[in-house]
Amino acid sequence: MNLWMWLLLACLLGYSWKLLGYLVPASLLRNPRMSRVAGTMTIGLLASLTVVNALASGQALAFDARIGALAAAGIALCLRAPFLVVVLAGAGAAAGLRLLGWS
Amino acid sequence: MKLLQSPAVRVGLSISIATGLYGISFGALGVTSGLDFWQTMALSLLLFSGGSQFAFIGVVAGGGSGVAAMGAATLLGMRNGIYGMQLNALLQPRGWRKYAAAHVTIDESTATSTGQTDPAEQKRGFWTAGVGIFVLWNVFTAVGALSGAALGDPKQWGLDGAAVAAFLGLLWPRLKGREPAAIAVACALATILAVPFVPAGVPILIAAVVAATIGWFSHGRSDEGLEPDVDPYGGPHHHGRPEEAGK
Repeated sequence: MNLWMWLLLACLLGYSWKLLGYLVPASLLRNPRMSRVAGTMTIGLLASLTVVNALASGQALAFDARIGALAAAGIALCLRAPFLVVVLAGAGAAAGLRLLGWS
Repeated sequence: MKLLQSPAVRVGLSISIATGLYGISFGALGVTSGLDFWQTMALSLLLFSGGSQFAFIGVVAGGGSGVAAMGAATLLGMRNGIYGMQLNALLQPRGWRKYAAAHVTIDESTATSTGQTDPAEQKRGFWTAGVGIFVLWNVFTAVGALSGAALGDPKQWGLDGAAVAAFLGLLWPRLKGREPAAIAVACALATILAVPFVPAGVPILIAAVVAATIGWFSHGRSDEGLEPDVDPYGGPHHHGRPEEAGK
């Protein structure tokens, strides 16, 4: 039940951001610093989430089949593959490496 | 049927299909991250912003707390507020439409709308992409969640690798040029350094603080990282491939 509470709060805050954009006076839009922070934070969060999901195992760093997934996704993106193909490449690499015996 | 002759409607529909389809990967990853079916559906129905949704389940899958998951999802949602301001100036929705428009204000609907020059087309593009993606994203989240639950051990299918790939796929289109790449590297390093010392989920929030500090004190483009990660109209660097959507 606790997770439900944080989940619904995340939904409420997510909608609040969106609605806030429609309710604040347009003059605030001219503040380039706010939109710059929103942009750099988007980049930073996605980079961090990539690394955490590839390397973190609880509070330890691990080098396992997920590294292969990261590499495969990078190659797929370099080849301009669509998003779904990138995700499948990541899954395939991790599953394949595990079949070969690398955890 | 005249509606189908509108270029914005046609682009909106193709973006809807491309984006909606990978709701499958969100649904499957949601139920294997530890959420149940309805929690996964609630994220797609109520949070409805791909980056924030993947962030929430990414933190939970890594053993992070609910509050850390909420924090990461909420910080990632900030850019939707900026999109909202742009769209409000552009479309000027009135009454209940304002509240509905807010809910479907995401990367893809913003990109479809702002890519048009005629105000009527901007409106059509926004609503077609927004409502179309909302419907298909939720349908395919349900499909993914139902099939993900039947998969058994998610690691055997490489679903943890799929999550890694999904985040890199979301990040990639925003790394245009040297500066955003440097921000990404700095935040990745901060994350790696923090992992052994703080509870799971918190390293992501530390990276957010690093990124916000860089954004606050440095002087660069004010829309860095804010270009929606889709280019429905195929600019000079993309070659008209709307399926290249990332959400």
